[in-house]
Amino acid sequence: MTSRPELQAPPEIFYNDDEARKYTSSSRIIEIQAKLSERALELLALPNDGVHRLLLDIGCGSGLSGETLTENGHQWIGLDISQSMLDVALEREVEGDLVLGDMGQGLDLRTGVIDGAISISAVQWLCNADKSSHEPRIRLKAFFGSLYRSLARGARAVLQVYPENLAQRELILSFAMRAGFSGGVVVDFPHSTKSRKEYLVLTCGPPSLSSAAPRGKGEDGESCSDEDSSGDEDNQSVCVSDRHRPRKKQKLNKKMKGREWVLRKKEQRRRKGTAVPADTKYTARKRKARF
Amino acid sequence: MRLLTHNMLSSNIKGVTNGFPLLIEVEKVVEKQVDFNEDFLRNMFPKIEWKALVEASRTMGYTELPENAESSMLDSDEFLRKFHHALIELHLEEGALVCPETGRKFPVNKGIPNMLLHEDEV
Repeated sequence: MTSRPELQAPPEIFYNDDEARKYTSSSRIIEIQAKLSERALELLALPNDGVHRLLLDIGCGSGLSGETLTENGHQWIGLDISQSMLDVALEREVEGDLVLGDMGQGLDLRTGVIDGAISISAVQWLCNADKSSHEPRIRLKAFFGSLYRSLARGARAVLQVYPENLAQRELILSFAMRAGFSGGVVVDFPHSTKSRKEYLVLTCGPPSLSSAAPRGKGEDGESCSDEDSSGDEDNQSVCVSDRHRPRKKQKLNKKMKGREWVLRKKEQRRRKGTAVPADTKYTARKRKARF
Repeated sequence: MRLLTHNMLSSNIKGVTNGFPLLIEVEKVVEKQVDFNEDFLRNMFPKIEWKALVEASRTMGYTELPENAESSMLDSDEFLRKFHHALIELHLEEGALVCPETGRKFPVNKGIPNMLLHEDEV
């Protein structure tokens, strides 16, 4: 059994009552969703004038991401294909309006009315053909085309996606560009397998300085804030296996253990309580050749 | 579903050129108190199709909105209150939205409009 929900069943069937229930009961899922939507809202870069906007949440599900929008005071319209998920959203009494719809059929919204759109882990579903009438390319085109139309000029759309592979990422991005969006992919924590997250940051209109994709988190050594940052974040520099290097460089590397390294090691031994010679000016000095 | 959302939705059926505004069939309307936010209303006002909002609010049984509105009216607190009530506080709980061209009905259950299209409508 695969772990990707996209490969198991169409979304309106996969997100049944049982699956939807997880989105109210599992605090882990709730926390991740909240974090993702906070980051998406941050990337949306709405003008900081305190005016509340009308936002769109594509694949709103049980309204977890919408709650983040509500907390920030925005009004939102949520779209989802799963009735069970929307029922959970009703139970949670979310503030936004919910619409049962399929993003692959195009968004049925008027032109230029939405101030921004977010989507958490939804758009990759478009790459699947779950019915005989589904053609991923047509569905992607319909989705991005209608999204472009419904957004106001200069508005942004931030879509967090889990593309299955490189080809899928390129497919999604190319259809976004074809619809007229400018922007690109922002990758948070690219060195981590677990907390790596991809966001498509799209701006309505021609490319400009303001539409340049912002930098991802954790790109240069900045570690994740929580516990799963432990192992894989530490070795930022890629270690190339020694035997693929020319001989000269290998030797250079061995020299790296200088005085500092020796002193550190001696300090370690001392702390362990073993007998260690005192540090002098001769410590870690090379012997003369004639020795 | 609020009238705010109704004002944004249009019919997406293949071949329909003007799917806006969707007609409303009312079975049940609820009113929910929402905090008054002037800035949001000012921001939304130019985007609202006023005529559609007036007609929709009348079908929902709220007749206080003036026939025409201009941005200068936003200075009046009374107008803003009415606008706020019609836009955000009136909810269509049960009923249907009807495509103005084809007459196709989109049912509204528990406040959620079902905008899913059949295969031959895409």
